[in-house]
Amino acid sequence: MTAPSTRTEGTPTARRRSAFLYRHERLRLAGLLTPPVLWLVVLYLGSLGVMLVSSLWSVDSFTGDLVKKTSFANYHILFTQSVYRTVALRTVGIALGVTVIDLLLALPLALFISKVVRSRRVRYALLIMVTMPLWASYLVKGYAWRIMFDKGGVIDWVLSPLGLHGPGLGLTATVVALAYLWLPYMVLPVYAGLERLPASLLEASADLGATTTRTLRSVVLPLLIPSIAAGSIFTFSLTLGDYIMVKIVGGTTQMFANIVYDNVGVAGNLPFAAAAAVFPIVVVVAYLFAVRRTGALENL
Amino acid sequence: MTFSRRARVMFGCIAAIALAFIYAPLIVVLVNSFNVSKVFSWPPRSFTLSWWNKALVNQGVREAVLTSVKAGLGATAIALVLGSMFAAAVVRYHWFGREALSLVVILPIALPGIVTGIALNSAFRTVLVPLGISFGLFTVVLGHATFCIVVVFNNIAARLRRTGQTLQEASMDLGASTWQTFRFVTLPAVRSALVAGALLSFALSFDEIVVTSFTAGPGIQTLPQWIFNNLFRPNQAPIVNAVAAALVVLFIIPVYLAQRLSEGGAGGRI
Repeated sequence: MTAPSTRTEGTPTARRRSAFLYRHERLRLAGLLTPPVLWLVVLYLGSLGVMLVSSLWSVDSFTGDLVKKTSFANYHILFTQSVYRTVALRTVGIALGVTVIDLLLALPLALFISKVVRSRRVRYALLIMVTMPLWASYLVKGYAWRIMFDKGGVIDWVLSPLGLHGPGLGLTATVVALAYLWLPYMVLPVYAGLERLPASLLEASADLGATTTRTLRSVVLPLLIPSIAAGSIFTFSLTLGDYIMVKIVGGTTQMFANIVYDNVGVAGNLPFAAAAAVFPIVVVVAYLFAVRRTGALENL
Repeated sequence: MTFSRRARVMFGCIAAIALAFIYAPLIVVLVNSFNVSKVFSWPPRSFTLSWWNKALVNQGVREAVLTSVKAGLGATAIALVLGSMFAAAVVRYHWFGREALSLVVILPIALPGIVTGIALNSAFRTVLVPLGISFGLFTVVLGHATFCIVVVFNNIAARLRRTGQTLQEASMDLGASTWQTFRFVTLPAVRSALVAGALLSFALSFDEIVVTSFTAGPGIQTLPQWIFNNLFRPNQAPIVNAVAAALVVLFIIPVYLAQRLSEGGAGGRI
């Protein structure tokens, strides 16, 4: 406990100051807002702005210096060379695949936890079990899937009695590892959506003679759409910007963010990397706008 | 019961498969860290503790852990201050642009890490380096704080929304100063949310690699960077594995605590 004297009324000056602050709400607000807004707007949005501007520059191929002359050459290359289109399509495909896999796993899992398990303690324990690995290190999870898929790894070992062997490192491993990484992000909003769904609706549907499939299709799924959309924001956009997992488990597979990364590191062409980085931004923002109409953003 | 018995059994089976899918890889890492073999081979023929020992005394690992802790503490400190201020401003006041800025705070975590990384990299190059501040631990802290703010913000904002303003008003009516009200009324009400937000933001920073790789100076290596740099070196594999296993075990503690503190905080990460 603190000294009791501090709990008495403030000194006259402190009270005058407090009263002044209390009457001048805008002043208090300004004090609270200025530091975080400076950080977010100046540092963060400012940085994004600098990046966008620098995407119009180029690099002198002899000296490696930045040429600060505006041109759309970087974007022209990105749009016209077919390799970039292939990688972009592959990346969007992987992101959609990951989203579908996560949805197929998350729906029954969340239905089981929310509607089948009766005991509250078991339900809570299961929920913790699902969310806990969210916090295990990203790289550790990538490493784990490398051990699983690598030649002579766990999957080969499990399949060998059947005379089969696993797909090895590559596209399949990438999709599985990414689906693994983002699964809890799908389970949580879907579970929260199911918890908000009144049991009486399900009972009414059953009383009216609907089968389980019919209840799921006509009652549960339509009401879950905002939650599913919210989960898909994570599964989709996190996959879209990923380049590390594909390096760990993807073999020679390339995703779009690898193009960005390689142009910063190996090629040292920051303007081109910045232009390439605009692609994930545009897709993610477009996706956000598309799912916003379902009310997904209120369900994050 | 609204779902048929068959449907319930099916949900249970898929749930079991999903849980096995979630835990199997982590268990494999744990088991493999005791694998006696120097190069990766599965299943392990026999078990040893020597890789854990070697990882514990490894100079690179120790320095990397220290760097990660420093970066995490710095970023968390900044995020705690800015995140709580922003939460108070958003929950307690109405102002022009509130909705838009509440979206901006999420952006650093919603946009791909590589976008945030490149943006900060080019901004630091154009602004900080000419000022004489070169890439180093400081720039890593700046980068990490940017995406840690949202975690603190979410925790504190949720708590403030629930506690309401009446207690603060009562305190002021009873003659307490702004500072006293903050110290004896507001702070106790948000304390556990602050701790939860701090734990989550430290964990987030401790695990970050993408923004780190774009903001770290030469010679600065966080633990994730150390792991990534050694991941593809076969002779380092056993030590990487022991470090990975240690991280699996260690992470359960702060996460469990944070979960207890932010009630219903299953979604605490975002």
